[in-house]
Amino acid sequence: MNMNRRQFFKVCSAGLTGSSIVAMGFSPTAAQAEVRTFKLARATETRNICPYCSVSCGVLIYSTGDKSKNTPAEIIHIEGDPDNPVNRGTLCPKGAGLRDMVQSANRLKWPEVREAGSAEWKKISWMEAFDRIAKHMKADRDANFMPQNKDGVTVNRWTTTGFLASSAAQNEAGYLTVKTLRALGMTSIDTQARI
Amino acid sequence: MTNHWVDIKNADLVFVMGGNPAEAHPCGFKWVIEAKKTRKAKLVVVDPRFNRTASVADYYAPLRPGSDIAFLGGVINYLISNDKIHHDYVKHYTNAAFLVDTKFGFDDGIFSGYNEEKRSYAKDSWKYQMDKDGYAMVDETWQDPNCVWQLLKKHYSRYTPDVVAQVCGTPKDAFLKVCEYIAETAAPNKTMTNLYALGWTEHSVGSQNIRCMAIIQQLLGNMGMAGGGINALRGHANVQGITDFALYAQNLPGYVGAPTDADKDRSTYLEKRTPKAMRPGQMNFGQNFPKWFTSLCKAWWGDAANKDNDFAYDFMPKLGGASDVLQMFDQMYQGKMTGFFCQGFNPLASVANKKKVSDGLSKLKWLVVMDPLATDTSEFWKPHGEFNDVKPAEIQTEVFRLPTSLFAETAGTFTNSGRVIQWRWKAADAPGDAKDDTEIMATLFLKLKEMYAKDGGAFPDPILKLTWAYNQPTKPSPEELLREINGKALADVLDPKDPTKVLVKAGEQLPSFAMLRDDGSTTCGNWIYCGVWSQAGNLSARRDNADPSGLGQTLNWGFAWPVNRRIIYNRASADLSGKPWDPKRTVLKWVGDKWGGNDVPDMRPDAAPDQNVMPFIMNPEGVARLFCRDLMAEGPMPEHYEPFESPLEANPLHPKNPKAKSNPAARVYKGDMEAFGTAKDFPFVATTYRLTEHFHYWTKQSKINAIMQPEQFVEIGEELAKEKGIKAGDKVKIRSNRGFIKGVAVVTKRIKALDVDGKKVHTVGIPIHYGFKGATKPGFITNTLTPFVGDANTQTPEYKAFLVNIEKA
Repeated sequence: MNMNRRQFFKVCSAGLTGSSIVAMGFSPTAAQAEVRTFKLARATETRNICPYCSVSCGVLIYSTGDKSKNTPAEIIHIEGDPDNPVNRGTLCPKGAGLRDMVQSANRLKWPEVREAGSAEWKKISWMEAFDRIAKHMKADRDANFMPQNKDGVTVNRWTTTGFLASSAAQNEAGYLTVKTLRALGMTSIDTQARI
Repeated sequence: MTNHWVDIKNADLVFVMGGNPAEAHPCGFKWVIEAKKTRKAKLVVVDPRFNRTASVADYYAPLRPGSDIAFLGGVINYLISNDKIHHDYVKHYTNAAFLVDTKFGFDDGIFSGYNEEKRSYAKDSWKYQMDKDGYAMVDETWQDPNCVWQLLKKHYSRYTPDVVAQVCGTPKDAFLKVCEYIAETAAPNKTMTNLYALGWTEHSVGSQNIRCMAIIQQLLGNMGMAGGGINALRGHANVQGITDFALYAQNLPGYVGAPTDADKDRSTYLEKRTPKAMRPGQMNFGQNFPKWFTSLCKAWWGDAANKDNDFAYDFMPKLGGASDVLQMFDQMYQGKMTGFFCQGFNPLASVANKKKVSDGLSKLKWLVVMDPLATDTSEFWKPHGEFNDVKPAEIQTEVFRLPTSLFAETAGTFTNSGRVIQWRWKAADAPGDAKDDTEIMATLFLKLKEMYAKDGGAFPDPILKLTWAYNQPTKPSPEELLREINGKALADVLDPKDPTKVLVKAGEQLPSFAMLRDDGSTTCGNWIYCGVWSQAGNLSARRDNADPSGLGQTLNWGFAWPVNRRIIYNRASADLSGKPWDPKRTVLKWVGDKWGGNDVPDMRPDAAPDQNVMPFIMNPEGVARLFCRDLMAEGPMPEHYEPFESPLEANPLHPKNPKAKSNPAARVYKGDMEAFGTAKDFPFVATTYRLTEHFHYWTKQSKINAIMQPEQFVEIGEELAKEKGIKAGDKVKIRSNRGFIKGVAVVTKRIKALDVDGKKVHTVGIPIHYGFKGATKPGFITNTLTPFVGDANTQTPEYKAFLVNIEKA
């Protein structure tokens, strides 16, 4: 069906007739060409879940590129997933701001340390961070690990280093966290679930 | 949630108390509106504030913060004294007929066995009378004065409408109106769903608030029903999952109680935690406990956990006592902790009494903050004007800040409040050098393992022998981890009824926890998740939203624990003969030779109704508990106690017994009792809450959310504003006995003064979302004000009811 944009709107203004034309599959080719391209048409769509409340709304994340190695993806839009049976495409004022969370000016980008008594942050490498933290952990564990309690019962615990775990982490990260902490003998563990 | 989000649409009455879902869970609240529109369901809200949920309710009643048990106790009394109960349900599916020990008693607010010095109970009398076969004794006529029914009736007879009005400040007619709405759902084919959130949990009696609702839902026969249940509207998108994985001290994954000092060896531990059926013929599913625990030990320590070493029982640390967040910060405050990790957790903002938290952090040798964002906690040592008035030179804590990824930058599963496990895909890399939590934990662990292998040190075995079969050791993939969580067969799993039949071949992923064994032949990282990644693949990634029943069950969307069951206790949705109480909302029914219907049966699939296997299969009783024996810290039936900071001199129910003023079993640390304020200095009740534009202390970092709600405000009623000469928009200062914050006054009709025990009580509402780091206007941390005391069972702090004073700043 050939018609220009003006003719298309004229037909549409006739109401039902116009929309039926489109519904029947006669799309006005010229008119389509003139409409601004849908910005997300060439974006990559990824299904994820809003990290805020426990409704755990399904979201669609749109990013640039095709996730190939040399084209780092940038997230350009996030909206509700219409297929998700709980949120059915909706998002609340929290979830509607998700892109600003991903792109928050306060995102951390590299490891830092604030030395004892210092008034500022200092950028360090991951290697230095892991090295120093692991040494701290081992020193405290070796000094304070309790193999037995005062009644001689084997307890094999380490209480002087504590861990607050994230309820925003995925189950798999939580599982690896609890697996490693318990293997170290830690019992001072808690999460947001309590508060 | 016993039910799930979409199921709310099946309710006849939505009763919201202790939550404000229209504000805090809007996309879930949509299903309340759906119920109203399509079923003509009613919405009733009880809250200190006329909140956003109340604004669309059919009926609203106010109450004083911290008086919920008085209100709900009044509802229980109303239902019993007006005979508004679902008789058949209560008769068969609850412990109403069970006989309680004759030594059990209750005297002026205190149950039998109290030790005032220890602030705890010896619970030997909080139990059933047992017969010679080890079963609980019952009186089917309910006449014995010591049967649960009689005790319950007597206990709540004191909670008259007048007492409710006196304690809660709720007008008597409003209370009775709410009772009438609730009572209608005692009809077998009517259901009420209860939605609650932190408004119930964040009290020194939080768990007992919820116990009250458990009693009410049993009396009404609403558990297990479509559109029924008790539904906790939880916090973070994966707070349910992280709770299931037990990132806290007292449990191991799957709510498997962690061993303590009292469990000197594996057999002692297992015997104590493996219950015996309390009535003949009951499923007593907890009898499988040894299978869950053994399979976990096998998942973690593989071949190093075997019959010869009690499946590495000694590798599992034993818990020496309480180890919750309040306890940890108290230990820190006393200088008894060396190091601390905050993984996506901002305790300076989110834990009670900021000063105590800050002083605690200052005494650490080192602190590691793993977070996608620059949190307030990570800068507790840095001066931010009056909002964080500290001197860095005086704080010797070494602080590491490690950048992590956000939701969009990882794959793996989240578990929603309705227990549905759903897979997520990664959309982009995290910015800069940020790493995923998994990689950070793996790298740190492997580094420690290397150090222990090389240099030795304290008990290295559980570290050196931890299973680590990941393709990239520092980057275990979420797929590998979810398969490990699900578990597999190490040897052929045979049918116990016919050992020639192989149910699962060695090496295969397990289809359900029914296949777990306690002989070391199966592994499973979290038994309640078993089935999520069977031989059929990753069921959490299923995306078929078809809903043939029309009930919103969507059984092929993701995977719900346990065993993809969407409504737990669903056997109770049918009568004794297996016929649904409401055939229009059939969840389960007996179809001649098995259980059928629209859900995975919460019952042995071939247990015919005439076998009398009762629906509450996780309870050794087989039935639900109106009287919960020794399972709660402060009593087997909820009793009203005042918040630790109360506007009243005494508990109006026990005016002459100071021991029964506030929760007698709540833990109070040295120094914290003294830090409680009194009504003389702090005459107003404060309650903290959340706004729809913000999520905890997180979205203050997001620009658009910061634009929508840019700064701290404080909500006060018109009458109090007038009394204090405060106008809308004035800057006000709020003080508690622990510190002060400032905010903009919002003068509102939403909070009204209530007449409580002959006294006018004003309530001040304080949103929590602000701090000195973020895109919002720099501000104070609300938890500067809150008291350092928690619920006696969960240690959830009392954020919802404390005392303040207010003045123009």
